[in-house]
Amino acid sequence: MNSFLTILKRDVRLAIRDGNTGGMAVAFFLIVVTLFPLGVGPELPILARISAGVIWAAALLSALLSLDGLFQADFEDGALDLFALSDPPLEYVVAAKAVAHWVVTGLPIIVAAPFLAILMNIPADGLWILILSMTIGTPGLSFIGAIGAALTVTLKQGGALVPILVLPLYIPILIFGVSAIDSAIFGGNPVPSLLILGAITLFAMGLAPFAAAAALRAALE
Amino acid sequence: MSKITWTTAIEVRNLACRRGGRPVFEGLSFNLSSCGALVLKGPNGCGKSSTLRLLAGLLSASAGGLYLNGSDNSAGTEELGTNCHFYGHLTGLKTAMTVLENITFWAELYGPAMAAAEACGRMGLQKLLHLPVRILSDGQRRRASFARLLVSDRPLWLLDEPSVGLDASSVERLDHLMADHRARGGMVIAASHLGLGLGDAQVIRLGGEAKAA
Repeated sequence: MNSFLTILKRDVRLAIRDGNTGGMAVAFFLIVVTLFPLGVGPELPILARISAGVIWAAALLSALLSLDGLFQADFEDGALDLFALSDPPLEYVVAAKAVAHWVVTGLPIIVAAPFLAILMNIPADGLWILILSMTIGTPGLSFIGAIGAALTVTLKQGGALVPILVLPLYIPILIFGVSAIDSAIFGGNPVPSLLILGAITLFAMGLAPFAAAAALRAALE
Repeated sequence: MSKITWTTAIEVRNLACRRGGRPVFEGLSFNLSSCGALVLKGPNGCGKSSTLRLLAGLLSASAGGLYLNGSDNSAGTEELGTNCHFYGHLTGLKTAMTVLENITFWAELYGPAMAAAEACGRMGLQKLLHLPVRILSDGQRRRASFARLLVSDRPLWLLDEPSVGLDASSVERLDHLMADHRARGGMVIAASHLGLGLGDAQVIRLGGEAKAA
């Protein structure tokens, strides 16, 4: 657990010092969501209808934005070699780095989401479910994304390939995240959707470290 | 330094390496026991770095076996991987973090044996501890990278061209550290064109026929 926190702290510190990853993801999220009320116009029922989908889709895209740097920097400066030889196994390192990615992208997005929800005319009933669904779903984004980032780590221009690999895998999170919020807004039961969302995230957290670590080992060859 | 005596021996038998479908070398065999040293020599592209990566378990061998302490470890070199330090062309240092932060990080991940500040001091970096690596020169970065080998105790040092980019006094420091390490029972395998301070080491010339000399 100690080394987990060590890696987590290092990655969060690097993200803050480099100043691009976390801040960029939130800024992108804010800008994309803000475009919709401006583009669609001030018709409140329409905004409320599309709000959940817009916010979740924007969250997906902003999580993607910082993914290609997840292992790339460590690969290029040789730190990945050293991770491969460290006491904790590479799977453990991947998990810690995915959690760090969530802390610098997922967490700020969750904090920003309620403000954007007001902009998108989400009623108060939906607000808590929005926060809840994002809290449950966004760790899944970071973990699934880690697989894509690990597979493209040797490619200099991997940034374009990551979305193609990862977005299809993000679709279940998008569908159930949106349906939970829509259920809450339009008088349904959001619990089943939230449970499935939780299952997807847990599945990703269990599988992704092994898949990504295998991809990284192949990349080091 | 703490008094640890390692009783480790490595036996390499008929190791072969292929890169990109092309054979780099084959039939590499050697024995190395506690306190021993080995220098790999040969022209560019003869597989010196590949050998070191192979020993660390970062590459997989196309044939042959690697035996640690007499046990068959050919299934995987993982055991050797966590028993070695790898020092190569890439430093693994983060330019946005200070020297001390970098070394402390690896110490925590590899199991700390010496204070990071002391290890940096041994590499002559006392005055640079709190500077970000970004502003360090190449040679200073390589010294900082070497401090990583001192903070945690691992019996085998795999050094890829350790003297490149270092000034004369740093090379001398390196020689002392390698001698210290071997005096404590550690082993050193270095790929180098230069002599280093390993006059008594076994020498293997790669390229053409690979055999222990």
